[in-house]
Amino acid sequence: MEEHGNKEENPLKVNRRHFFSQLSVGIGSLALGSLLIPDLFKGDVKQLASQPLGIPHFAPKAKRIIYLFQAGGPSQLESFDYKPTLQKRMGEDLPDSVRGGQRLTGMTSGQDSFPLMPSAAKFHQYGESGKWISDYFPHIAKIADEITVIRSMQTEAINHDPAITFFQTGSQISGRPSMGSWLSYGLGNENKNLPSFVVLTSRGKGNSQGLYSKLWSSGFLDSKHQGVLLRSGKDPVLYLNDPEGISRSDKRHLLDHVSSLNKLHHVETGDDEIESRIAQYEMAYRMQMSVPNVMDISKEPESIIKMYGEDCQVPGTYAANALQARRLAENGVRFIQLYHQGWDQHGNLPNEMAGQAKDVDRASAALVLDLKQRGMLEDTLVVWGGEFGRTNFCQGHFNPESYGRDHHPRAFSIWMAGGGIKPGLTYGKTDEFGYNVIENPVHINDFHATMMHVMGLDHEQLVYKHQGRRFRLTDVAGNVVKDLLI
Amino acid sequence: MKQKILLLSMIAVLLGVLYAFTTGVFHPDKDEYSSLKLPEVVDYNFHIQPILSDNCYTCHGPDANKRKAKLRLDLEETALSELPESPGEFPLVPRKPQRSKVYKAITSDDPDMQMPPPNSKLSLNSYEKRLIKKWIEQGAKFEKHWAYIPPKKNEPPKTERTDWVQNEIDGFVLKKLEDFNLQPSERAPMETLLRRISLDLTGLPPTPEQVAHFLNDSSEGQIANMIDQFLASPAYGERMAQTWLDVSRYADSHGYQDDSYRTMWPWRDWVIHAFNKNLPYDQFLTWQMAGDLLPNATKEQLLATGFNRNHPITQEGGVIQEEYRTNYVLDRTNTLGKGVLGITLECAQCHDHKYDAISQRNYFEFFAFFNQVDEKGIQMDAVQAKNQKFYADPPYMEISQEDSTGVLSFINMKKTPEIKVMVMNDSAPKTTYILNRGAYDQPTDSVQPATPKAIYAFSETLPKNRLGLAQWLTDTKNPLTARVYVNRIWAMLFGKGIVETAEDFGVQGSLPTHPDLLDWLAVDFMENGWDTKYLLKKIMRSATYQQKSDMRPELKKADPENRLLARAARFRMSGEMIRDYILATSGLLNRELGGPSVKPYQPAGLWEETNAGGDRGILTTYTPDEGDDLYRRSLYTFWKRTLPPPNMTIFDAPNRDLSEVRRQKTNTPLQALVLQNDVQVLEAARVLAQRTILHDPDNQDVVADVFKRILVRSPKEEELKILNNYYQDALALYKTNLVDAEKLVAVGAYEQLETDPAKTAALMLTVQTIYNLDETITKE
Repeated sequence: MEEHGNKEENPLKVNRRHFFSQLSVGIGSLALGSLLIPDLFKGDVKQLASQPLGIPHFAPKAKRIIYLFQAGGPSQLESFDYKPTLQKRMGEDLPDSVRGGQRLTGMTSGQDSFPLMPSAAKFHQYGESGKWISDYFPHIAKIADEITVIRSMQTEAINHDPAITFFQTGSQISGRPSMGSWLSYGLGNENKNLPSFVVLTSRGKGNSQGLYSKLWSSGFLDSKHQGVLLRSGKDPVLYLNDPEGISRSDKRHLLDHVSSLNKLHHVETGDDEIESRIAQYEMAYRMQMSVPNVMDISKEPESIIKMYGEDCQVPGTYAANALQARRLAENGVRFIQLYHQGWDQHGNLPNEMAGQAKDVDRASAALVLDLKQRGMLEDTLVVWGGEFGRTNFCQGHFNPESYGRDHHPRAFSIWMAGGGIKPGLTYGKTDEFGYNVIENPVHINDFHATMMHVMGLDHEQLVYKHQGRRFRLTDVAGNVVKDLLI
Repeated sequence: MKQKILLLSMIAVLLGVLYAFTTGVFHPDKDEYSSLKLPEVVDYNFHIQPILSDNCYTCHGPDANKRKAKLRLDLEETALSELPESPGEFPLVPRKPQRSKVYKAITSDDPDMQMPPPNSKLSLNSYEKRLIKKWIEQGAKFEKHWAYIPPKKNEPPKTERTDWVQNEIDGFVLKKLEDFNLQPSERAPMETLLRRISLDLTGLPPTPEQVAHFLNDSSEGQIANMIDQFLASPAYGERMAQTWLDVSRYADSHGYQDDSYRTMWPWRDWVIHAFNKNLPYDQFLTWQMAGDLLPNATKEQLLATGFNRNHPITQEGGVIQEEYRTNYVLDRTNTLGKGVLGITLECAQCHDHKYDAISQRNYFEFFAFFNQVDEKGIQMDAVQAKNQKFYADPPYMEISQEDSTGVLSFINMKKTPEIKVMVMNDSAPKTTYILNRGAYDQPTDSVQPATPKAIYAFSETLPKNRLGLAQWLTDTKNPLTARVYVNRIWAMLFGKGIVETAEDFGVQGSLPTHPDLLDWLAVDFMENGWDTKYLLKKIMRSATYQQKSDMRPELKKADPENRLLARAARFRMSGEMIRDYILATSGLLNRELGGPSVKPYQPAGLWEETNAGGDRGILTTYTPDEGDDLYRRSLYTFWKRTLPPPNMTIFDAPNRDLSEVRRQKTNTPLQALVLQNDVQVLEAARVLAQRTILHDPDNQDVVADVFKRILVRSPKEEELKILNNYYQDALALYKTNLVDAEKLVAVGAYEQLETDPAKTAALMLTVQTIYNLDETITKE
């Protein structure tokens, strides 16, 4: 293939020497490698060495990730971080000593006071792990022992755009590759008929913020690592459907002629890029079959429909996307990214958040259980969470039934399940106000490092040289949170 | 005696082993590089600095804060001085590699001594080590970074072969080929050249009339005539503007999360106009950087300054004003670096540059030029902006219908009575501070506007404002401006630049493949009044440009990436060019110039699915235009940053959040799907089929005719056979299935012409087959 655009540096820096020394490690690791990536050991060495090899740095625990992104910043105080002190000191001003100079967004920086507001949702403990979970999430409560809640997540951004960009790309400024793209780049594609990084979106009724294609962009990496948006409706991948009036076999006939002519021209010009084009046309043809197949849930049994909720039959809902995510995972998609919009509760939080939770609660829990019953949970990492948390003080009119909360970067909660993560843990701790982390902080960079670790990648080694600098998902920081690993 | 011999021979063996060790016989570095031949003379810029920069500068380079062992290797003075932390030792001792700490460290196996250190995950190969050794042996001479030395115009070298050379460019190229024992390619066939020149200069295929005219022209100046005619066409300005829109991160929306509407398109019309009237590049830059500061500035010059307002602007309620205002100034600074100077300025925003001689102070001295604008981080949120029809953040200029019939006559106002366009001013003077870690709320020392001495010092006589900056940029002694521009023009024609990293001329960027040629072109360009059309003509009249693009078997081995230019480039067109090509060959293309951006076909629901809510700004729903606006050139397609037109991004168009100077050229299945199923393509195929049939219903050569119309050449016998077979198959199929034929030809909003449905469907799919050929979307 002719060299075009950015020269792709071998991501794992495996040169021929290393490659052969790896081969000599023994049949055990060889078999593992070839199980992970079909056709890895076919083809000549030169070709392998000039392309991303798709070999993990060490034995991975997870083969794929399903990321249930809750866009807008769900409140930790009404979900997983139980703070009775807020009830006791309701209405009191947040002490300056606790706020500690934390900058505020333009939406609350003008407020005269910062009155503490307790959760409108009730909390109970669940499972053998005794995890505190609010009443908004009854189904997630039932899988308390499967999930690990991190209550000590931290970010630096206080506004949506930079915060969500930071979570997705490791940088607040746009232009860097999304985490799904990094994994596609580092590990290659497990599937010949589907892209390695797929995106599904849905929206709740809560106050929502926009999504942008830059969140699943491959940045400076090759565009083949870009997330492919799967949409509900009849055209799930853009331009996937053939026009009316042409049958599948007519299409094949047309493509065969395109291919014959391209082959003639390849002989004429000697340009191997044409061969590559022929291969891409074949992949596109296969996708026209494989994508509708994977999206077609008509053969899912009644028990599964019940599990995810009736909504899962309505295309475009979160529940439908969650079920879709499992089907994509079964088909070898490496990174499945869901977004559910509507978690930005600056006002009317109790009402809106209960609605948002209802959208996602049953299907999120069902996904974990469904993966488990298929034996897939152990090698599938599921993540649930938003881009930041919310303030412990009230935004706007002080009313326990309709209060709002502003953005809060210093402490928020997410949960993970499966894929090499210890089940049932509650990790990290915030102060009694739920404002600052007092134990085991997990920065986004640490989270990314950990996520890559379970996928068998060393976050410091997966680099891409661009504009003279070696870039990583974790930039210059990040530590694997070993306590979370099995 | 025997014992003595034994002892002596033992000593001899020991000495031998010792010698073997020191000379590297037992050196572990037996890698694939060990047989590579070293150059006669080791060059600092071309051989040594890339190694040092890539492997050593992170800790021993320009960044003072990250420097280890107080060792700085990028400056000769410090690299040859005694090591502050190891008295008696020197990093480099000319001619004495074994006494040079650098050489000892890079060849050491001791983890404590070894450089780069094991935890850096970097290492030098045996060739690089041998290079450094030889360089030290030859005196360890340092030079200024090549790109900071002003370009010199050396005479083209003498070549053995003389018959191939057409102008100066060819001398440089041929000499290099001869050095590598390679032959250049012969001139491409005239039809290939016609298509190539037309695409390069107008972004469109030649019209059938142009084809007839030029292929019948057998005069001496045939090619020169082609070039002149295409340069004179208004489509030339559109083609050139297209590339500048990426550089200037032009869009029709504000970006960030609400991403509502802005009215910058009159600025885009100006860019087209500026290229068409061949405004010299030095003025083109000056007007965009500082048109408002020119004495007696015209409205046109003021409009040009919109360049520096094309950055995204937030409309997210709750942001901190100063944080975002700072972001905008950072963006202008970075755009200047990447788009005009070819330096990665942004790397020095938070700390001194790790590789290039640009300090954080230098960065904020650049920043200071752009920091005097009377602007806000956020003027109003998207909902307010929608309600008040507020589509330009101050400062802006107002353009009336009257202006558009006078000084600004190049603006296609349509029926717009008046329009506001964001421009620059300097009416909010403020002190610029170096920002610690680049953070808006951590100012440290104050700085004045200035430029780095390492590149080219800012003269005392220049005003310390954007006008002074423009004068500095366009000073013929500035080593970067002309080189960077000339290189990008080269890349536009050849697929990649003489410096492949068109965005980075720094020490980590790629080195020029033909440094003397690059310099010759840069100086010649400046000597000829920064005349872009002159430059294009010069390159296109070279034998180098006019070669065949076929990959000859010997080149596949010797130079698969075509760095030596023994053939012309063959590469996929941009998304815009592909769409325009299809519209043009089908006859649908609407050649109207300029005006408000248009909304052609786009898969339904894309904006609606991701917006922040129906009331958040006015770009929440996408309604395609009707009629002729569906067939405008792609540079007029409405550009919403958070969801740019998918049939462009799938072909590697950037999202325009940031300045880009080089697009990738990927090859993906999604591209195949666009070409097969985008309504725009299908409709074009249908219309071409209908028009061809209508033109002459009894025509037996329809297949050959559409082939020639699309590819600007006649099909070869075998090609025609394949296509005719396909056409006959499809015709037979649709004759027995008129329902499907009618469904197929129903595609698109363009009026249906009265033609036989089966014949139309069959020819339409034959056209689709041709539209999907690699050759159709490739410039050869």
